[in-house]
Amino acid sequence: MTTPTSNIKTAKDYATDQDVRWCPGCGDYSILKQVQSVLADEGVKTEDTVFISGIGCSSRFPYYMNTYGIHSIHGRAPALVSGLRSVRPDLSVWMITGDGDSLSIGGNHLIHILRRNFDVNILLFNNEIYGLTKGQYSPTSPSGQISKSTPMGSIDHPFNPLALCLGADATFVARAMDRDPKQLRSILAAANNHKGTSLVEIYQNCNVFNDGAFFVYTEKQSKPQSTLFLEHGEPLVFGEGNTKGIKLDGFKPIIVDLEADGVLKDELWIHDKHDQVKALMLTRFFDDNQNAENALPRPFGIFYETQRGTYEDALHEQLKHAREIKGEGDLDKLLAGTNTWEIN
Amino acid sequence: MEKTLELKKEVTILFAGDSGDGIQLTGNQFTNTNALFGNDVSTFPNFPAEIRAPQGTVAGVSGFQLNFGSLDLFSPGDMADVLVVMNAAALKANIGNLKTGGTIIANSSGFDKKNLRLAGYGDENPLQARSLDKYRVHEIDVTKLTRSALVDSGLGTKEIDRSKNMFVLGFLYWMYSRSLETTIKFIQNKFKGKQHLIDANVKVLKAGYHYGDTSETFTSRYDVKPADLPKGTYRNVMGNQATALGIVAAAHRSNMQLLYASYPITPASDILHELARHKNFGVKTFQAEDEIAAAGAAIGASFGGALAVTASSGPGIALKTEAIGLAVMLELPMVIVNVQRGGPSTGLPTKTEQSDLFQALYGRNGEAQVVVISAHSPSHCFDAVYEACRIAVEHMTPVIFLSDGYMANGSEPWAFPKSSDLKPIKPKFAKPLENVEEKYLPYLRDEKLVREWAIPGTKTLEHRVGGLEKEKDTGNVSYDPENHEHMVKTRAAKIAKIADYIPQQTLAAGEMDGDVLVLGWGSTYGAIKTAVNELIAEGYKVAHAHLTYINPMPNNIEEVLKSFKKIIIPELNDAQMVNIIRSKFLLPAIPYNKIQGLPFTIQEIKAKVLEILNA
Repeated sequence: MTTPTSNIKTAKDYATDQDVRWCPGCGDYSILKQVQSVLADEGVKTEDTVFISGIGCSSRFPYYMNTYGIHSIHGRAPALVSGLRSVRPDLSVWMITGDGDSLSIGGNHLIHILRRNFDVNILLFNNEIYGLTKGQYSPTSPSGQISKSTPMGSIDHPFNPLALCLGADATFVARAMDRDPKQLRSILAAANNHKGTSLVEIYQNCNVFNDGAFFVYTEKQSKPQSTLFLEHGEPLVFGEGNTKGIKLDGFKPIIVDLEADGVLKDELWIHDKHDQVKALMLTRFFDDNQNAENALPRPFGIFYETQRGTYEDALHEQLKHAREIKGEGDLDKLLAGTNTWEIN
Repeated sequence: MEKTLELKKEVTILFAGDSGDGIQLTGNQFTNTNALFGNDVSTFPNFPAEIRAPQGTVAGVSGFQLNFGSLDLFSPGDMADVLVVMNAAALKANIGNLKTGGTIIANSSGFDKKNLRLAGYGDENPLQARSLDKYRVHEIDVTKLTRSALVDSGLGTKEIDRSKNMFVLGFLYWMYSRSLETTIKFIQNKFKGKQHLIDANVKVLKAGYHYGDTSETFTSRYDVKPADLPKGTYRNVMGNQATALGIVAAAHRSNMQLLYASYPITPASDILHELARHKNFGVKTFQAEDEIAAAGAAIGASFGGALAVTASSGPGIALKTEAIGLAVMLELPMVIVNVQRGGPSTGLPTKTEQSDLFQALYGRNGEAQVVVISAHSPSHCFDAVYEACRIAVEHMTPVIFLSDGYMANGSEPWAFPKSSDLKPIKPKFAKPLENVEEKYLPYLRDEKLVREWAIPGTKTLEHRVGGLEKEKDTGNVSYDPENHEHMVKTRAAKIAKIADYIPQQTLAAGEMDGDVLVLGWGSTYGAIKTAVNELIAEGYKVAHAHLTYINPMPNNIEEVLKSFKKIIIPELNDAQMVNIIRSKFLLPAIPYNKIQGLPFTIQEIKAKVLEILNA
């Protein structure tokens, strides 16, 4: 039996006794820790929580969570989530996936769960590489990436994951990084509180096969210049001391220097997370090469959030409505059908 | 003019026409009317894969064969007594299925120049040719008569022509002394709110009936008395419908939520359509984005404690394979329905075959045994899928339920059960641990080797499952060599043990210790049973056994097989069950195979058994 005090949990209560088997130094450790802290902060009950993953390094995640969990098959976690949410809308469901799992083999399922808007928090660990299979390029690897399967450089054009998700009508789209725990926690909490599918892309360093893929965003010397932290209702500012801003020139975002150009903060682009068109523009900042001069910074935070009915609520409503108009099903009547006859 | 009434014991009618002629509807109406009258009926719809194949061509012919009688019937009949053809192509495609001396009822306007050319008859109208001399040919200008009947209806020619199947139906009701009542009710329901269409269709139906009465051409009518079926209340049921009802009943009797997840595919989609109509039973249907997602959703629902069912046909099952393997590893209940069709690949979507048996038994990576259960007739789909659900839930395993296009679309009278007579289904949901310090062991097993079903929301039972090999009892990931072998053997032993919880194998016809046993599975039941019964009546020592439980087989199956001198296994594939029986029991079972997308005829089975008897 549980005692009342056992309901107050710390991050540790969400950990299992299993040894965590990611490579030492893997970005996954930080994400695991932040998820456990957020669940503790939010007071999520372990028995009412399910973590479902696909296949890949990140998909080992459920084994380390002291909740219910399924480590399923490659790319299909959204399918399992859909089935579970359809019958158990009472549970808190989290889905753990990677760039190969959800954008390559499971690409189809990802877009469909987003359009259906099942209430689930999807954490997409993006390390731009296949780690578990030891270093092939992934659908998010930049063109030219040298990997085991692309010794002369990748000739694939990479996915822009958040643009894809917005295109599939996701109702919550955010980006975070493994090396900024504070921001990651705040986004995870927001994702958890969003009703509908929350898609959080997390830049995660694979220190074995793709070390430093995101250092330009995560390391001190380049982070201020290359990243933009989105806050709803706040102007888009970045750079050392937030001295730079982004202004819209028609549909074109331009970088301004607040001091040198004498631009006032309220002349800048004010982030509105409910504006889907602007959210799409923010996802396109991705197109700029960070090494180029005057490149737009990479945005982090909540790009877009909207309320739309969930699939499971609609399903429940339809069943309720069917019972209202037809009455509770009577199995004997159903078996008899409309035309019967007697043989005596 | 005086008309004579002739008594018949059994009649086989084959309706054929363009796939847009309403042949299936006509066939179904005639079936329902006869079934309600008390005849035993058995049907075989046979249609092209194209929704509207080129009009007037042989490729576009849709057929519906119906056998009805005062006898106990198990098959839709081999050869037709009466062939109803709406055009020349329908005659060309089906004349080979008509008995010598049989009756042809032909819509003469379907034999104009264009139709003759499209059917490949050239300029010669076969209705007037000597080649049909061995049949009785009746020409009726159905198109013209229908148009005259509706001349004042205000409907356009196109709409009028669409009701010409009602004329044919009305005429046949007259010919077989049947009431129009069932079909009139059907028309009223189908066109609810469109009085002009109700009036038009009823008018044409009656016109057909009166035509029989007044036309001088037809001098005899027939009557087929009610069949001597076992006492009870009956309805008519199609296989896919019975499958859907069996699933709803299983959810109801187990007090579980139902999630039916599937992706549209011929010939399985009708199960989804039927289930989607019963949301007031709490039925949740999920049309997934693909076959894989449907299987995955079923697993997710099963993890959540619901009765989870997914369905498809062969190519779709191939896609679900990996997910079925996951369910084997997770040891979660799940029913996978395969309405088999001709393969491989896209194969023959609308034709029947039994060629997915190996797929069901072996079609997964690794040692991944599942339970395989097969239905043998339209109404038996209910019992068999109910058993599939019961075994899945009570033995925590995926179960593959095999149906096929023939029984899925065929229909027969069904003495449906009362809900209270259905065997209870008892899911073994795990209860919270009393001692919170204790560690929950999700893979601990009972005497049946079955683990508990610990569903989310239950305190103290938090646990993780996954596709990686499980450690015995704890379910933790384990790469230990001994443990892997133990788990593979245990999962197989769990399936084998189910044999202790299923009925013994009985004979469908004949007695033990005979000369020949005809062993069947699936929809070959009717043809085998009829053939064997006829041979028994002729004095032969033959018997028929039909397998419902294919994996595991009933405990006494070897004893049954070994009590016969010879075993023949007819199958609509290139020898699958026969190889299983041979390898399992080292018996020289004789294969008999047909791979034409068509069911066996009674005569084919009979001839083969006689050949073996006389060998």
